Amino acid sequence: MLADKDRIFTNLYGVHDWRLAGARARGAWDNTKALIERGHDAIIDEMKKSGLRGRGGAGFPTGLKWSFMPKEVKDRPHYLIVNADESEPGTCKDRDIMRHDPHLLVEGCLIAGFAMRANAGYIYVRGEFYNEAQNLMAAIREAYDAGLLGKNACGSGWDFDLYVHRGAGAYICGEETALLESLEGKKGMPRLKPPFPAGSGLYGCPSTVNNVESIAVAPTILRRGAAWFAGIGRPNNTGTKLFCISGHVNKPCNVEEEMGIPLREVIERHAGGVRGGWDNLLAVIPGGASVPLLPKSICDTVLMDFDSLRDQKTGLGTAAVIVMDKSTDVVKAIARLSQFYKHESCGQCTPCREGTGWMWRVMERMVLGNARIEEIDALEDVTRQVEGHTICALGDAAAWPIQGLIRHFRPEMERRIRARTEKLAAE
Amino acid sequence: MMITADPKDVPHVEHFAFTPDNLAKAQALMANYPPGRQASAVIGVLDLAQRQQGWLPRVAMNEVATLLDMAPIRVYEIATFYTMFQLKPRGKYLLQVCTTTPCWLRGSDAVMKACQHAADGETFSVQEVECLGACVNAPVVQINDDFFEDLDEASINKVLDAFRRGETPKAGPQVDRQTSAPEGGLTTLRSE
Repeated sequence: MLADKDRIFTNLYGVHDWRLAGARARGAWDNTKALIERGHDAIIDEMKKSGLRGRGGAGFPTGLKWSFMPKEVKDRPHYLIVNADESEPGTCKDRDIMRHDPHLLVEGCLIAGFAMRANAGYIYVRGEFYNEAQNLMAAIREAYDAGLLGKNACGSGWDFDLYVHRGAGAYICGEETALLESLEGKKGMPRLKPPFPAGSGLYGCPSTVNNVESIAVAPTILRRGAAWFAGIGRPNNTGTKLFCISGHVNKPCNVEEEMGIPLREVIERHAGGVRGGWDNLLAVIPGGASVPLLPKSICDTVLMDFDSLRDQKTGLGTAAVIVMDKSTDVVKAIARLSQFYKHESCGQCTPCREGTGWMWRVMERMVLGNARIEEIDALEDVTRQVEGHTICALGDAAAWPIQGLIRHFRPEMERRIRARTEKLAAE
Repeated sequence: MMITADPKDVPHVEHFAFTPDNLAKAQALMANYPPGRQASAVIGVLDLAQRQQGWLPRVAMNEVATLLDMAPIRVYEIATFYTMFQLKPRGKYLLQVCTTTPCWLRGSDAVMKACQHAADGETFSVQEVECLGACVNAPVVQINDDFFEDLDEASINKVLDAFRRGETPKAGPQVDRQTSAPEGGLTTLRSE
């Protein structure tokens, strides 16, 4: 288990003061000027060495992403964009950072912005997080008043302005190019890539979009050193991670743990165990709604990191662990996710616009067993037609939970169909 | 994709103008973006209009379009794309009930039923919403700007009764619990 001294989010639960004085007492904003004086490339190098992989779901190496920004600012300004549109079902970690430790994020923005030679940053906060955005804006005002942001931020010689931009309810805006569209005042419809944001992002300028957690851990990584962060977890899966444990556990919670912690341990140590005991476990969605679920047999031993979960044909995603005990109607649980994706599809690409609705309708029939056995294969086939055939990953995200259900719970789907057929025949 | 308001539910509103206070707030939002990029403020300015009026009649959207120098259709597009914009009047308290899987697993059906029962269109309106992002405190209902968490049928009814009496019930977890920490005591961060 991670020791408290190695925890980055020391006010995760809001027990202590979230304002500047409290944050400073916990070590934030401590000689930030010296961190900046290391220089753009040294900071990016250190981030690369830490092995930090993006905490928003895709797990792309953060330092490498920063290095894609042009090495000098030419005619177009650079922008740092922070993705705080946290909407992946099961995920509620960035909320805690913004409401309980916003200065970690604000300081991270200055450092990341400096590293990628940006003089301005926007934090895109989902509209529903009204109170969280208020805390974040208050933290930004405090930072300006203390000379930590704005002209000559922290006395470093670097100018940096930071703004909060509130959304208004659209899961799709968590997709980085949809977020950029939304930030420009348009509908949140993803852009074709390339060009990638580092070449042409916000207003056509070089931009980098990072998750809240990825940015908020940066100052601590730089202070304590890449080797410290890389020494936690396993190779290629380093550092600490915020886990969100929801569903059928005795004590749902958020917790910061080391990457690679066994799934069973994180549930039993922090979330009070599965309701009714470990043997009452049916399945777990390990990384937010988009990733395929795992049956208990795999949950017994699987480790919570990018590579371990990928090996089980699922993913760490946002590390949002959704636990389902044996009382769960697992087909209905996944059908509800299909409804989610149908609701959130932006409608731009036909396979997703039509496919999410089609998959949801078939899933609703599967809940009742109102289908033919062959339709399970047809459903699987449609998920493959949607997957990889859309501009953004929402189509994939809609397909994967269903694929996971068929992979691990096909007998249950068939049982329902047979039971209903037999019942109708008997009547 | 969904139709957010049936025209027969939308009353005619003749005129909309921002209050001086809201106009100043709108201008402050516009100043957050580079010159010529004031359209970036459209979500924020629509939100101000909605807070002032309670919902978004077309005259309010037109006013936003004028202010931001946008074609009105571009503003209507925004107002219909983002689900937080209310295109018809609603009750004083908007109950946004999350029913996505993490909330559903912990009993959002019963919470939804209680909210539907309370919805009279005047004091309370109810909407089923997708994941609100507070899943370790499920089930969750957002009431205007605040999240009410760890609900069940009894506790949501208690919250609604308090609103009916004109009180402001305490937002956050409705069980004895520190925000997103495990109920019954911390398992981490105990050393300080």
